This record gives sequence, C-alpha cells and structure tokens, in this order.
Amino acid sequence: MLAAQNITKKIGSKTILHGIDLHIAEGEFVTVFGPNGAGKSTLLKILSMLMKPTTGTLIINGTNAKEESAKVRNQIGVISHQTLLYDNLTAFENLEFYGCMYGVDNLRERICDVLVEVGLEFALNDPVRTFSRGMQQRLAIARAIIHQPEILFLDEPYTGLDQQAIEILNGVLAGLNIKDRTVFMITHNFEQGLDLSDRVIIVNKGRIAFEGRADGMSPYDMRDIYIDTVGGRD
Amino acid sequence: MNYFNQIGTLVRKDLTSELRTKEMLSSMLIFALLTTVVFSFAFDPDSDTVKKVFPGIVWVAFVFAGILGLNRSFLSEKNNDCILGLMLCTSDRGVIYLGKMICNLIFMIIMEAITLPILFVLFDFRLKGSALLLAVIVLLGTWGFIAIGTFTSAMAVNTRNSEILLPIILFPLIVPILIAAVQATGAILSGGGLAECSNWLTILVAFDLIFTVASWLLFDYLLEV
Repeated sequence: MLAAQNITKKIGSKTILHGIDLHIAEGEFVTVFGPNGAGKSTLLKILSMLMKPTTGTLIINGTNAKEESAKVRNQIGVISHQTLLYDNLTAFENLEFYGCMYGVDNLRERICDVLVEVGLEFALNDPVRTFSRGMQQRLAIARAIIHQPEILFLDEPYTGLDQQAIEILNGVLAGLNIKDRTVFMITHNFEQGLDLSDRVIIVNKGRIAFEGRADGMSPYDMRDIYIDTVGGRD
Repeated sequence: MNYFNQIGTLVRKDLTSELRTKEMLSSMLIFALLTTVVFSFAFDPDSDTVKKVFPGIVWVAFVFAGILGLNRSFLSEKNNDCILGLMLCTSDRGVIYLGKMICNLIFMIIMEAITLPILFVLFDFRLKGSALLLAVIVLLGTWGFIAIGTFTSAMAVNTRNSEILLPIILFPLIVPILIAAVQATGAILSGGGLAECSNWLTILVAFDLIFTVASWLLFDYLLEV
C-alpha cells in the first residue's frame, strides 16, 4: 500500500530525516511514537505529500507519488491536531468546499453520509466557530474522509480533546479501520496508540529506532521500550 | 479535478466567507474613504496643484487600502492550518495562488468602484478623457499590484510582524507599476487619449504578466518553505 524508500529531508544544513525506509500494508494501522523534534511530523508531511523529500522515493498503491501526484493525493486523507476547517463556514460548506476540490461525485449525498458517520448530522448548517473542540475534530475526520481516501494520516489527533471527545474519536477511528483503511498515526499517548494499532514504530533523531507488533503489548511494555530506545527523553 | 474548477471553488469559498464577515472589504473601504476625506480637507480642490497631484492621490488611496486587504488575505488560511488542507487537495499549488489573486482583485475592484467616484466629487474633478480607458488603466494597475501583492502576502503571513513586513517587501516591487499607473491616469484625466498613455499601458501589461507568471511559478516553492 505505502512504500517509502530512503527518505531523507534536509532543511538548510540540518538533516531532519536520515534515509527512512518504511512499508505499510493495506489495512494496517501503524502508530509512531518519538520525542519532540525526532522528525515524526516531517515524516508524516512527506508521506502525505505536504512536503517534498530531499532524496528518496514514495510509492502509494503502486504509483510513484512524484510522477502522478494528482492520482496519489486523492488516496490520502490527513487528520491533524489542527482541524484545517474554516471557522466562518458551516459544516456543510466546509465539506462541500473540500469535496469540490477533490472532485467528489454525488457530493451532497456523500456529505450526509460522512456527517452521519462522525455523528454530526444535527449540526449540518451550524458555523464551525460554534462547535466544541470535540465536534470540530469529528468534523475534521469527516473532512479527511470526504473523498474516501485509502490511507489516513493522523498527526496527534487527540491534542486538546477531553475524555469524552477522546472516546468518541476512538470510536470513529475504530470504525474507519474496520473498513480496511490504512492508517499512519503519530501520538505521544501510549495507551491510545496501542489501543488501535497493528504495529508501532519509534522515531528518534530522524531514524526508525524501533519497530514491532502491537499485539499483546501493554502501555507499560511500550514505555520501557521507549525509554530504552530514546533514553528517557520527552 | 479540473484546474479551473478548483480555482473557481476556491474563489467561491473566499467570497462566501467574506460576504459573511466583511472583514477584508470593510477595512479596505473604510481606509480608502478616510484617506479620501483627509486629502480633501488637506488640499484646496480649486488649486491647480491638486489637479496635478490628483492621479497620485487616487493611487495612494488604492495602494494603502489594498495593502490593508492583502494583510488579511491569507489570515483565513493560517487559522486552523487551512493552508495545509488546500495543499493536500491541490496537486498544483498555483491553483491556490490564482484563486487568492482573483479574489483579491475582485475586492480591490469593488473598493475602487466605490472610492473613485467619491474622489471625483470631493475634489470637484471632471474627467476630460475616456472613462473606458481610465477603467482599463485602473484595472491593469490593480492587477499588477494584486499579482505581486498576493505572493508577498503569502510570504509575510507566517511572520510575527506581517503587517509591517508586507509593505516593506511590496513597495519596492510595485514602484514600476505605481509610476506607470499614475502617469497613465494623469494623461487620461487631463484629456489625453490612447496615444498619450500607450507607453505606460505597455509597461503596465508587461509588469502584470511578469508578476503573475513569476508568482504563479514560484508559489509552490513559497509554500514549501
């Protein structure tokens, strides 16, 4: 589904990522942990085509991202701790805008479907600025899946959410995974990260420092591995 | 999705948002009208000097009000990191530049269409040349200003003092456009025709094209950094 080969990113004289190789299978849920400044977000930006790598190749669904960027972009959705939503527009207008930009067919029908999926059908015509943080994040999920992407990138999606909102978000994310979506998530929270994952990765100093299956791994095991790997930083 | 459909969608989104908040247009209009009123108090409309500097007064009001609008142009994209949302759904980032440029151009033209008649009334100025030619000059001058202004606005929006930085970057770049626009406007206002302002019009068209194409080509790199 996703293959990143020898991904390097240099900004000025600083090397952020050192030749990362990563393969994610179809339907797999991969969670990335790592200290601040380790290069997690840069890696996510490169994989989601928000940033160009200095060197390396990105292949998504057998397509080279550099050569056919338009085709690849339609297969990618991003959920960040920022909502990427326009406060002055309503939920419907936001989804209509992004749907039009992606060229979604039967857009009205699709908007209704995704709003039901994230449980926001009652707030269709309300401006986003009136939404709670949890509602905004659910609408951000609807925005990210409006064009039915096959791969979802989540960049610390739990930031700023209260416990109830976290549970709702987990429910929505679990629902998405069932539908065979490939998910790549960055988080600092071991519990939430392990809960949904098939595989965990620790990125440290621009390199993949640990990679392992999440099955049967407790947050305590993960914490020990994390401290051993990054030296207790963060 | 079709390139032009994406531009249209972006323009429609910005127009809807602006119609709802009126943040950009109202600040531009109020500033332009205040400038106009201050100038009309400061100068005697009957003096010959005012007749000579009138084209300059017109463009001073347009440019300063325009900068106020440009400062707000990318703010909506900065909030909630919406610019990332746009970058995700456009394979050619030139779409974002052209959409924003068209929107800014529409707001500037609305502001100018309201301000220009008021300037004529307050300065008791009678147009001696062709109104159509004046409209063409204003349009070409505004296009060049907005073409480079939209680019520099995107450049300045992520800085701490963007409201100060934008005019500092923008003013040196728009000097040729400003000189050509003021000279061509002066020629038309004093009763000249196409022959009197054709050289200035050529300069305006040349800079409009250079600024638009260069900004469109460089926008991808601008967003990358």
